Amino acid sequence: MAASSRAQVLDLYRAMLRESKHFSAYNYRTYAVRRIRDAFRENKNVRDPVEIQTLVNKAKRDLGIIRRQVHIGQLYSTNKLIIENQEKPKT
Amino acid sequence: MLLRAAWRRAALAATAAPGPRSAAPTRGLRLRVADHAPQSAVPSDTATAPESVLRPLYMDVQATTPLDPRVLDAMLPYLVNYYGNPHSRTHAYGWESEAAMEHARQQVASLIGADPREIIFTSGATESNNIAIKGVARFYRSRKRHVITTQTEHKCVLDSCRSLEAEGFQVTYLPVQKSGIIDLKELEAAIQPDTSLVSVMTVNNEIGVKQPIAEIGQICSSRKVYFHTDAAQAVGKIPLDVNDMKIDLMSISGHKIYGPKGVGAIYIRRRPRVRVEALQSGGGQERGMRSGTVPTPLVVGLGAACEVAQQEMEYDHKRILKLSERLIQKIMKNLPDVVMNGDPEHHYPGCINLSFAYVEGESLLMALKDVALSSGSACTSASLEPSYVLRAIGTDEDLAHSSIRFGIGRFTTEEEVDYTAEKCIQHVKRLREMSPLWEMVQDGIDLKSIKWTQH
Repeated sequence: MAASSRAQVLDLYRAMLRESKHFSAYNYRTYAVRRIRDAFRENKNVRDPVEIQTLVNKAKRDLGIIRRQVHIGQLYSTNKLIIENQEKPKT
Repeated sequence: MLLRAAWRRAALAATAAPGPRSAAPTRGLRLRVADHAPQSAVPSDTATAPESVLRPLYMDVQATTPLDPRVLDAMLPYLVNYYGNPHSRTHAYGWESEAAMEHARQQVASLIGADPREIIFTSGATESNNIAIKGVARFYRSRKRHVITTQTEHKCVLDSCRSLEAEGFQVTYLPVQKSGIIDLKELEAAIQPDTSLVSVMTVNNEIGVKQPIAEIGQICSSRKVYFHTDAAQAVGKIPLDVNDMKIDLMSISGHKIYGPKGVGAIYIRRRPRVRVEALQSGGGQERGMRSGTVPTPLVVGLGAACEVAQQEMEYDHKRILKLSERLIQKIMKNLPDVVMNGDPEHHYPGCINLSFAYVEGESLLMALKDVALSSGSACTSASLEPSYVLRAIGTDEDLAHSSIRFGIGRFTTEEEVDYTAEKCIQHVKRLREMSPLWEMVQDGIDLKSIKWTQH
């Protein structure tokens, strides 16, 4: 299946990370970036194509969730946290 | 017109490059009116621009937790389009709402190893505790008049027991050891032939102590006494199985597991059947145990929260343990005379209760205004009494007044933990410098030997 190729998985990974960085809430943003990295890292040695497809499908659904929730967070955004002022957080 | 423009401005401002809103960011906690919501029809009277106050870090997850974005995403369709009453049997709106409710029931049941028919949705753990304690005691009132609980339970459990006492029941409040854990021998000795229920919470909300639930379940089942546990702080965080642990009734709270507020559940065993007298009368919903329309969006949120918790339990636990050790290490390494309340081994790492000697708890909380913390449970924080939980574990009066509870959750970051530890160390040192008691201790005087004069 095309969707389970290595390039496609990497594209999905990059898309998820890119989208997650737009969360306006510090805690959601840091969690999403961290969790995505750790989840993809944890599953990097999976070889069974059926399992890979399941994981990819779940990731696509999660990407949809991230997109919607990022948008909602931006609509209702509020002030930043005290520590966001002091450093540019990535994780 | 003006409204849409304001909304667009707000959305643009939010997606603009991050940076401080004002040149000189002010700190502290000032209540903000929700005047940035797009649907406010009338601009506020004061019509001032929103003040740029940076928000404090949230380290009070035992009080409540933020909604997980996955939970909100699951709830929204039922708040927007699928708004049917799940008990309407005659049209698609009702059917789809009922399907969602039953799916949520399955998700909750799966987290605790129960059957979906054993899950009743309620308005929260307080209602679940009331149903469990009053419902079971009253049902078996003709033959059983004794209930056992502990001194460190949540206020709603203690208050339910007090109301049972007023009805003529006898209640034993088991003491806890210094570690916060009950003595199993004392529990066995307290069980009488007319005991109907034993209620012991799984994880304490103030000191994070884990009670030996499996052993208690074993004792209760061998003595044919029903076992209820308030698992509000434990569900989704530590593995729980109602059959392995022989639990007959369990209270679940939505807003402690990254779900919505206003919803919870109670697990009531069916095999062997636990009979409960319903507290809320009405149309017989939820098997007659809790009448009233089931709030579909909320229970969908609870179900989603339970499913996410089941998937993330191991990952979250590992992280929270690491962050917890980091926080405690940092603080203890840089400050003397800090005591951790509660058994360090049988302990949920996400709830850390520390007592800082020679520092007043409230003044430390106010000094740490950049961090949202609590000294004890939210429901007792209004009164100035030291927490009854700390009193029950035998903490000295002065140490009980200096206790702070740090909560670490799924969304807590290492930066937040480091910031909290640094600020805590800084302010404790500062407050101790100002304290005459600390000065006396530094001079080698034993405070317990002082004869304070009477005025």
